[in-house]
Amino acid sequence: MGRKLLLDKAHIEGIRNYDVYRRNGGYAAVEKAFKMAPADIVEEVKKSGLRGRGGAGFPTGMKWSFLAKPEGVARYLVCNADESEPGTFKDRYLMEFIPHLLIEGLIVSSFALGSNRTYIYIRGEYAWIVDILEQAIAEANQAGFLGKNILGTGFDCQIYVQRGAGAYICGEETALLESLEGKRGNPRIKPPFPAVKGLYDCPTVVNNVETLAAIVPILNIGGEEYAKIGVGRSTGTKLISACGNINKPGIYEIDMTISVEEFIYSDEYCGGIPNGKKLKACIPGGSSVPILPANLLLKTVKGEKRMMTYESLADGGFATGSMMGSGGFIVLDEDQCVVRHTMTLARFYRHESCGQCSPCREGTGWMEKILHNIEYGKGKMSDIDLLWDIQSKIEGNTICPLGDAAAWPVAAAIRHFRDEFEWHVLNPEEAQKRNFGLAHYADPLEVSVA
Amino acid sequence: MAEEKKLFKVTIDNITIEVEPGTSILQAARMIGGDIVPPTMCYYSKLKNTGGYCRTCMVKVAAGSTADPRPMPKLVASCRTNVMDGMIVENITNPAVLEARKGVVEFLLINHPLDCPVCDQAGECDLQDLSYAHGTEGSRFEFRKRTFERIDLGPYIQLHMTRCILCYRCVHTANQVAGQREHGVLDRGDHAQIATYIRESLDSEFIGNVIDVCPVGALTDRTFRFKNRVWFTKPVEAHRDCPTCKGKVRLWMRGDDVLRVTGRKDQWGEVEDWICNDCRFEKKKVSDWVIEGPTTVNRHSVISQGHYTGIKKPGETFEPLMHRKPKLLMDIHAVSNVNKVDLNNIPGPATGKTFNGDPLSMGNNPTDVKEGVGRNMAGTDSTNPDTP
Repeated sequence: MGRKLLLDKAHIEGIRNYDVYRRNGGYAAVEKAFKMAPADIVEEVKKSGLRGRGGAGFPTGMKWSFLAKPEGVARYLVCNADESEPGTFKDRYLMEFIPHLLIEGLIVSSFALGSNRTYIYIRGEYAWIVDILEQAIAEANQAGFLGKNILGTGFDCQIYVQRGAGAYICGEETALLESLEGKRGNPRIKPPFPAVKGLYDCPTVVNNVETLAAIVPILNIGGEEYAKIGVGRSTGTKLISACGNINKPGIYEIDMTISVEEFIYSDEYCGGIPNGKKLKACIPGGSSVPILPANLLLKTVKGEKRMMTYESLADGGFATGSMMGSGGFIVLDEDQCVVRHTMTLARFYRHESCGQCSPCREGTGWMEKILHNIEYGKGKMSDIDLLWDIQSKIEGNTICPLGDAAAWPVAAAIRHFRDEFEWHVLNPEEAQKRNFGLAHYADPLEVSVA
Repeated sequence: MAEEKKLFKVTIDNITIEVEPGTSILQAARMIGGDIVPPTMCYYSKLKNTGGYCRTCMVKVAAGSTADPRPMPKLVASCRTNVMDGMIVENITNPAVLEARKGVVEFLLINHPLDCPVCDQAGECDLQDLSYAHGTEGSRFEFRKRTFERIDLGPYIQLHMTRCILCYRCVHTANQVAGQREHGVLDRGDHAQIATYIRESLDSEFIGNVIDVCPVGALTDRTFRFKNRVWFTKPVEAHRDCPTCKGKVRLWMRGDDVLRVTGRKDQWGEVEDWICNDCRFEKKKVSDWVIEGPTTVNRHSVISQGHYTGIKKPGETFEPLMHRKPKLLMDIHAVSNVNKVDLNNIPGPATGKTFNGDPLSMGNNPTDVKEGVGRNMAGTDSTNPDTP
């Protein structure tokens, strides 16, 4: 049983309300933080080794220390709650069931960064969560943890919730800032980075919901204690939203010491593949990261057990590895068609591309059309090479990472499941009737976990 | 006493130049000039915040600076990346850059209609030049292209969204030059479009400049549509006393008729001064203008054919640098029969006969401008049944 830091109070009845949260040790981190100097809090976060939970895994303490602090210019903290990645729904759970944890983390972080106006940019589709957050903010205001002169320290802070209008691209930090300013959500060209010129041209830190919530346990138990959890540079606990062909889909908090095999097959977590099917492939970190076939998922090419950590999941680079990403764990059993799956993802990225830079705007649509042809029995062998060529010309040539995110799933699917694409081209009629069992998946014969 | 400014030394394709801090790689390359200048589709030096979208100007930074000589991991957009001291940039000497650029050209063309034979921009189109210089001869795109209906944005400007490459130049122009913006980009991805949301006319008195900044034929001058091909008209510099703008323009003449008025474009295809709608659309008589003299036209341009003779050719930088001949660049004078005929001698449009032995014969163009008839000031369009 792994250690729980974020979800340890999730089971308590009425934890959504301020009174229950406060009675169970809530807002202790704020009280502790306000006795410290802001620089010490940043130092504490640095010591904890916390890495950004939004996908890129950049060390949070380092990001905070990059924040420019010119005199007389406001600084902003923005919470990125625009969680739109297919397969990722961890932030939704946090905000819906323990909203005060996020608010507490935001107050501490605002104090550490000196942000008097803090924004939560929330995905437009999470309409009901806006009400939950607004209520939590009102309760915190009432209790004196927000507003003017918090706890008598002279620090003012107010949190505002801003709804997006339903665009995946607004999860990219600079597009988010543009959208927050009321403009079209197009990513900005970097540099300058938001830490120097962000919201309204002021220094800004943009962090994921889970990252900011994790500030609370870091303050409570101390950065060094937090750094002891996990392996190597993957410290602390991470929320994984598991979905797909597993017995127990849902949100799991892992302490980054377990293996992928244990995560999929143990009853404590996903509980194995239903209906006695075999594991075929898995996307370990949300739809943007490369898909891995089962033989590479459970063991790295070096023969080591693959662990649920940032380093182990990325072992082998993109040739034989993947990424931790945002923690959207999508499991595919032997009945699933990788071509169809890739087409669905390509359609998503085509729909969500902002249309600003040409490789992503035109390339995503082109890839979707070719994948559609292959899936519906009109493909050619040369289409597979063409797809590979298109994705290689999108990747790395765009302003924001959406181009990469659109190219990686296609690249990984072709890299690992080329035989399935070829089978689709050669057997167009059969491919539409029967879509499984083609790629040489490798289910571990002996599963070591119950 | 003025303090001496520290200059940054930057090397682009083995040519070193010293530039002021804050210069972009593209601007430094333009100072050097020649073949090493990356092509641009969306960057416009006269407008703020343009560039970075089209990705045609991408270059490889092989060394970031003297202090930090690591190469940049990805190709960077040269128009939006500033030089550092000791930076080493590779443009045409790096095959990966040329390959990526080829990919970008292909992406730009997959939804472009390639209707150059009926497009008014043909002959002065940035996308045409780009695809000749960097594109492949064929397309691998086998699907139906994205299409839109043509929209008349007021009496002067027609929007043909199908040809648009979403460079955002017209949006920035409306924001920064015209003072008010009534159009913008709607939707996203490959179905994004330039539009006015509810079909409106664009009324600002400087809005005509969006026609000049458009790199393709998406925004065209309704008073010039289908009047003539640009290479049959002769560009002349002229000016007038204009109360709203500087009045420095370029007239596109055919015989004694002014067919079109545009801003003066420099060698990078960017206008030198913005001109007002009055100068652009209403002053189409020679008597309105003071003629300064003929425009210098790039000898590679199709516009230069037949107009000027005895030009001294500038030196090439491509060959000494690359140790080979340029692949697709051609001298129009060397390959075209057209330049053997002096089109200035005939007042009407040239026909096949003109180039086949009878240099003084000419065709009869019904839309050609004659005194009293044919001047199509309403911008109506005989090929489009929707307009009167």
